[in-house]
Amino acid sequence: MKIWTGALLAGALTALPLSAEPVEDTLILNEDITLVTRTAAPDHLSDVMDEVISGWHFRGTETRAMQADDFDNPGMIFVEQAEEVWNTVDGSEGKSCASCHEGSETMAGVRPVYPKYNEAAGEVRTLEMQINDCRENRMGAEKWKYTGGDMVNMTALLASVSRGMPVNVAIDGPAQSTWEAGKELYYTRTGQLELACSNCHEDNYGNMIRADHLSQGQINGFPVYRLKNTKLNAAHARFKGCIRDTRAETYSPGSPEFIALELYVASRGNGLSVEGPSIRN
Amino acid sequence: MERTFLAILALTASTFSGAAEEIAPTAVVYVDGSVETSLTGTAGDPAMGREIAGNKSLGNCVACHEVTDLADVPFHGEIGPMLDGAGDRWTEAELRGIVANAKIMFEDSMMPSFYKTEGFIRPGNAYTGEAADDTFGPLLTAQQIEDVVAYLATLKE
Ligand code: HEC
Ligand code: HEC
Ligand code: HEC
Repeated sequence: MKIWTGALLAGALTALPLSAEPVEDTLILNEDITLVTRTAAPDHLSDVMDEVISGWHFRGTETRAMQADDFDNPGMIFVEQAEEVWNTVDGSEGKSCASCHEGSETMAGVRPVYPKYNEAAGEVRTLEMQINDCRENRMGAEKWKYTGGDMVNMTALLASVSRGMPVNVAIDGPAQSTWEAGKELYYTRTGQLELACSNCHEDNYGNMIRADHLSQGQINGFPVYRLKNTKLNAAHARFKGCIRDTRAETYSPGSPEFIALELYVASRGNGLSVEGPSIRN
Repeated sequence: MERTFLAILALTASTFSGAAEEIAPTAVVYVDGSVETSLTGTAGDPAMGREIAGNKSLGNCVACHEVTDLADVPFHGEIGPMLDGAGDRWTEAELRGIVANAKIMFEDSMMPSFYKTEGFIRPGNAYTGEAADDTFGPLLTAQQIEDVVAYLATLKE
């Protein structure tokens, strides 16, 4: 039955502390959907890497197993909470998300294409921005804090209904200038340690940095339930942490810089399955 | 951690009060990536250098390098080469240059510049995520650099 068990054990036996290749394994969700966790790099990355790999492959046996079964995935508790909120009326218009969008499963296919250019608003929007736009302008409700609990839970719900669908953000047309700005940030060596995202996640994925096994820093698994802080973490919170660790002045979640960075980082994972809420340490 | 750091600073200050003037980060002379002159005029202490190399809040060299002699410190990274034998491969002046600012010896190196105070993009106040303030200084003091260099010189095959 549990198809992954064999592969997991094989992985565990060969995983020596300093031989840190991504583990060979297949992520089968609820013994049902096989997720794409490794695939050919999108064209725009072809001169720097051949393959894009989910952060799932860089985590330990138990962490990987937790994510394969919704009953073991603590992130799903927050998805359930968001499902309740989805159906709860809030704001001056007396509406819930469900009043306009029906069941949350109608959101399947939305997560994979965000951040996305919004024609009417003339801006690239993250999922968080779109949710807050509906709350403020369609429900007459208060905006949620960008990386606050309500927001991150709702993004977990929207990710969960798209699990297994390939990330596919547009990087051309009206989104291109934002994408370019994000790329610039990705390769900028910030802080007193002068480290760019690329130093760790492009040049050194698979290597250990002190006790951490470096992944490609993909965001197909966000929001991420971290065993370290036992809660869901938004992509912008992770970006902030990684930049802080270069001894730099960070940007804020929801800032234009992080919106651009999110679009660029998402595009590096085009082709990987949406995995959120995933489990990481 | 913080306390160790302060203790080392205090010790550094007392060791060479009255000794030769310290060379500031902006005044270090690099020749082909090497630094000939001691930054303090006081011989480095290899025992102290060993502590700095393994300590997460000081040099944290093991974040990126494996060092057999530091096997008592858990979790060595594998970003840079193993440092065993560094004392055979490099002269003292080369080691000083590498530790003070490795990017001169190794172009675009990922290794942080430990004795540098200028030219950063969005420098922060340590690991707070806030902007740097007027307490901003190099990652290691001049004497700490000398201590690490003295330690590396002991790493022979
Ligand atoms: C009054 C009706 C209404 C309510 C209530 C509402 N929305 Fe929307 N929502 C819309 C409309 C209309 C759009 C399309 C807007 C556009 O394209 O600019 C939309 C778009 C979206 C999108 C983007 C879909 C896509 O395909 O890009 C998301 C995500 C979303 N809403 C989430 C929510 C959430 C979460 C809630 C509850 C907190 C909510 N909405 C409440 C009307 C509503
Ligand atoms: C000093 C090395 C370092 C730098 C520089 C760095 N990170 Fe990270 N990052 C890590 C470590 C360590 C982890 C945790 C292990 C892992 O997944 O790689 C991590 C994790 C991540 C994750 C979570 C991946 C997952 O699957 O859960 C993302 C996303 C990420 N980083 C993005 C970035 C971005 C964007 C930048 C540049 C702004 C950046 N990182 C810079 C070290 C770094
Ligand atoms: C963020 C990772 C990183 C950290 C932290 C780091 N280094 Fe390095 N170091 C490197 C890399 C990468 C190289 C290889 C040179 C290059 O960039 O081509 C290197 C090279 C060296 C070399 C020359 C290699 C040789 O042939 O032996 C020495 C010596 C060295 N480092 C010492 C140190 C010391 C001492 C510290 C701590 C004070 C330190 N490093 C911290 C990444 C790092």
